[in-house]
Amino acid sequence: MSAAVAGPHTNRAPSFWQSTNGKKAVMAVTGAILFLFIIGHLLGNLQIFESRERLNTYSHFLKSLGELLWIVRGVLILAVVLHIVATVQLALRNRKARPIAYAKKKSVNSSYADRTMYWSGPIILAFVIFHLLEFTAGTLHPGAAAFSEHDVYYNVVSGFSVWWVSAWYIFSMILLGFHLRHGIWSMFQSVGINHPRHTPLLKQAALWIAILITAGYISIPVSVLAGWVR
Amino acid sequence: MKLKLTIWRQKNPGTKGKFVTYPVNDVNPEMSMLECLDVLNESLIERGEEPVAFEHDCREGICGSCGFMISGVAHGPQPATTVCQLTMRHFKDGDELVLEPWRSASFPFVKDLVVDRRAFDRIIQSGGYVSVSTGNAPDGNDIPVGKEIADRAMDAAACIGCGACVAACPNGSAALFTGAKIAHLGILPQGKPEQDRRAVRMVAQMHTEGFGSCTNIGECTGVCPKEIPLEVIARMNRDYLFGAWTERSEVINTIAPATDWNFREK
Repeated sequence: MSAAVAGPHTNRAPSFWQSTNGKKAVMAVTGAILFLFIIGHLLGNLQIFESRERLNTYSHFLKSLGELLWIVRGVLILAVVLHIVATVQLALRNRKARPIAYAKKKSVNSSYADRTMYWSGPIILAFVIFHLLEFTAGTLHPGAAAFSEHDVYYNVVSGFSVWWVSAWYIFSMILLGFHLRHGIWSMFQSVGINHPRHTPLLKQAALWIAILITAGYISIPVSVLAGWVR
Repeated sequence: MKLKLTIWRQKNPGTKGKFVTYPVNDVNPEMSMLECLDVLNESLIERGEEPVAFEHDCREGICGSCGFMISGVAHGPQPATTVCQLTMRHFKDGDELVLEPWRSASFPFVKDLVVDRRAFDRIIQSGGYVSVSTGNAPDGNDIPVGKEIADRAMDAAACIGCGACVAACPNGSAALFTGAKIAHLGILPQGKPEQDRRAVRMVAQMHTEGFGSCTNIGECTGVCPKEIPLEVIARMNRDYLFGAWTERSEVINTIAPATDWNFREK
């Protein structure tokens, strides 16, 4: 209760960012930005099933954006940083809010995905760092041969041919699905949208969107391992 | 029926607490949980031991005084039921129940199963006044209130402030309680003039009390004896977002939590 030491009767109120509600609103908005990226990225990636040329043309188009690409990257990095900073600060606060743990505690109403946000988040972050090093920077590319600047298709196929790269990818995408299953509906709650008729539908939609996105991403390493994409 | 009660015993905040197991052999299935503790306390007093302290008042589920964890669930396994209304027939003969007080930094420990929930009072207090004109009492039907609006306000107003939401929340958040208080006034036309300001001030007080943040998982509403819906938390978030933006005053004062009980050994 660090905020409660100012005077005998009065304290300055927390600012928007200091308040738990404000931080959750920031997490909702940044989460929404990252969710849009996840959809866009998936649609881009799925072009691998069309042809090698299609995927490579798409990647060259992205690279040709120049400054615009960096603006988008800047927004995404800012969103990731705010999302994580808010989470860490809230998590520390929440730990202080219950200094003595229960000897026995049961969950009665929350889903598995709800309760594992603190686990799925950091693992997804670790995955994103690995993923950027592997496919964007090319510094950590465990495939058979060297990383190619121009042939994204080749990078994907050679990368996912390594079984543990694919396994790590599939595992992370399942966790991403869990994260989205909670996040997609929770962001509406955090900015104040909840309705007894619509929110149950939203939760159902969140589940199916999460499953579709996970399945979409996983289809790529599975296809490479199965030899459908070579 | 026979039960084993493992109860948190702690004389005061200054001493160390521990679990003590008491066999209770003459439990009537028609008893409430509190009456079961009464029976146990009678035998403890006869043996010259200190009875188990627990908070209670109306014993009909509407005052919000009672409440503790029963085997990891706030107010026990029966939904929409306070411990005073929880009858022992819901347990099986030979069950072992673990009774533990609410655990929250914002609810300072008092004794055994009793905690200090005055943080809730200060949140209500910080909401401030509701605009009511002085003079003659207004005509009862002066302000039309739709049935659905009245129902929603009443659902939120059903909150008895027992603290189970905070106790059940893995983050120790008071979002459901504060949301209920913000919603039950904000929904009604009488509470509209101060709607956003009330939300900003109550949230400020909730923050000052040290409660955790809401992660929207719904454990609170699952144990709430009045089944307050998560919708009230969205209502709080919405009113707070608007209020935080439109608020013109730079300084919003909150009340410093008075949590010192100054227990002294006698």
